[in-house]
Amino acid sequence: MDNQSVLNRLKDKFGDQIQNPLEPHDLLTVETSAESIIDVLQFVKSDDLLQFNYLTDITAVHYPNQEKSFAVVYHVHNLYQNIRLRIKVYIDGQNPVIPTATVIWHGANWMERETYDFFGIIFEGHPDLRRILNMDDLGVFPMRKEYPLEDPNRVDKKDFYFGR
Amino acid sequence: MSLPITEITSNKNVFVDNDPQDELITLNLGPTHPATHGVFQNVLQIDGERIVSGVSTIGYIHRAFEKIAEHRPFYQITPLTDRLNYCSSPINNMGWHMTVEKLLRIEIPKRVQYMRVIVMELARIADHIICNGILGVDTGAFSGFLYVMQEREFIYEIFEEICGARLTTNIGRIGGFERDFNEIAFSKIEEFITRFPAVLTEFEELFVRNRIFIERTSGVAAVTPEEALSYSWSGPILRATGVDYDVRVVSPYCSYEEFDFEVPVGTNGDVYDRFLVRNEEMWQSMRIIRQALEKISKEPSGVFHADVPEFYLPPKEQVYTNMEALIYHFKIVMGEWETPQSEVYHAVEGGNGELGFYLIHDGGRTPYRLHFRRPSFINYQMFAPMSSGMLISDAIINMSSLNVIAGELDA
Repeated sequence: MDNQSVLNRLKDKFGDQIQNPLEPHDLLTVETSAESIIDVLQFVKSDDLLQFNYLTDITAVHYPNQEKSFAVVYHVHNLYQNIRLRIKVYIDGQNPVIPTATVIWHGANWMERETYDFFGIIFEGHPDLRRILNMDDLGVFPMRKEYPLEDPNRVDKKDFYFGR
Repeated sequence: MSLPITEITSNKNVFVDNDPQDELITLNLGPTHPATHGVFQNVLQIDGERIVSGVSTIGYIHRAFEKIAEHRPFYQITPLTDRLNYCSSPINNMGWHMTVEKLLRIEIPKRVQYMRVIVMELARIADHIICNGILGVDTGAFSGFLYVMQEREFIYEIFEEICGARLTTNIGRIGGFERDFNEIAFSKIEEFITRFPAVLTEFEELFVRNRIFIERTSGVAAVTPEEALSYSWSGPILRATGVDYDVRVVSPYCSYEEFDFEVPVGTNGDVYDRFLVRNEEMWQSMRIIRQALEKISKEPSGVFHADVPEFYLPPKEQVYTNMEALIYHFKIVMGEWETPQSEVYHAVEGGNGELGFYLIHDGGRTPYRLHFRRPSFINYQMFAPMSSGMLISDAIINMSSLNVIAGELDA
């Protein structure tokens, strides 16, 4: 089983809901939409041929210049045949909502809490969506690009002068 | 960044006290507690000695590595990775270097790969020494821990000989190492693998067939493989449940496919199995180190980095005299080289499981997004659900056997 057959199987089942297949550094990457992500994840986990039984990671990326600013990235892994798959879901920046993957894997619980904590993406149906690493009343979502790394009111450490 | 205080809020309850007759006590285990290895907190609701439910709060040592990494060039991110799993920081360093080399498509010479394997396996031994020793301490057996800690000090001396630092090593550079292993380093490594087996045998005699230890740990916190896979466990605790997933075997990196070693697998995933799996992994790591030393002796000596002048700093003496070296040095430090716009995910087998680096690069001087897939974080989420119904002492042992390193938990 290789990347091409995984892609064919996904395309057979989901057609054009699977978009933009790429293979950066031999890791098959596909895009799908927030409406179909749970079906896709359930299919890749339970299908007899695909057998992606292990959820490696869930994270997000912020692209402020795009219309759909957030990309939620799922990495899954077929432990039987050592094939990895990366699924990206681009969602709207003003109202970032996506269904939760905890219905499929328990391990998605803290991964989604971390993504919510840093990006503000709401995972619908999550049993306990609250901040995990930052303090509860932080008020902002730190990994978004508009949130600065250092305090902009400090006058002694300007990134520019340090060559950053 | 301090926000102005606009309102005083009462301490939020982490969970709702649903016991009107007050038979259950709320116990705050942590964040500073001698039994938790690092700063993380568990608010437990206990009925006598038995835990009814628990809520984990973490983030006490969150240092915003992923945010900082978006503002640092690749070679400045290595010290950040040191501080992830600080008990085995060379593994984190090597994993990061391999991620960047995968992005930049740099080929590493065999000798450098074997040197990396030696360093990573020494770090793995150091991590397992701490975990098993502390597991012994948590059950009350202090002497074993002291004996094996002396060997961990010797590993620190080896790291100090290689890179200058003991704990947060910042070993290696993109493309190889900053200097070759000198003779003292090689002799110390050989001395280590000759004297560690006796110490480890003595440590085993203290615990493996010890009736008190077996009664204390056997059957505690048993986990089925399906549950463990559903919670995305990885590393020795997953292998103790019976799933033989080891990143070094499944997706080999850094020439691990050339080494002959076994992956120890347990049967019922309890604390005793995890102890035995880590113990056996130390023996296998020593086997790997011996094979790596042999393989290094067959390679042409003196090679300690790849030939990539665009990313590997030239020797300082040449920078002052040679024009090309000066230009390379300037361009590397200023970040003027073209780097591909791509995204790469690379995983290594850390001391606790699959340590993954997800790097999205946009061609600039710093990464666009860097995410660490941290095994301690993902392994730990099962702790609170798992501990309901356990005795407190069993939960403490369960926590030590999960080997949660706070630096990797929070990052």
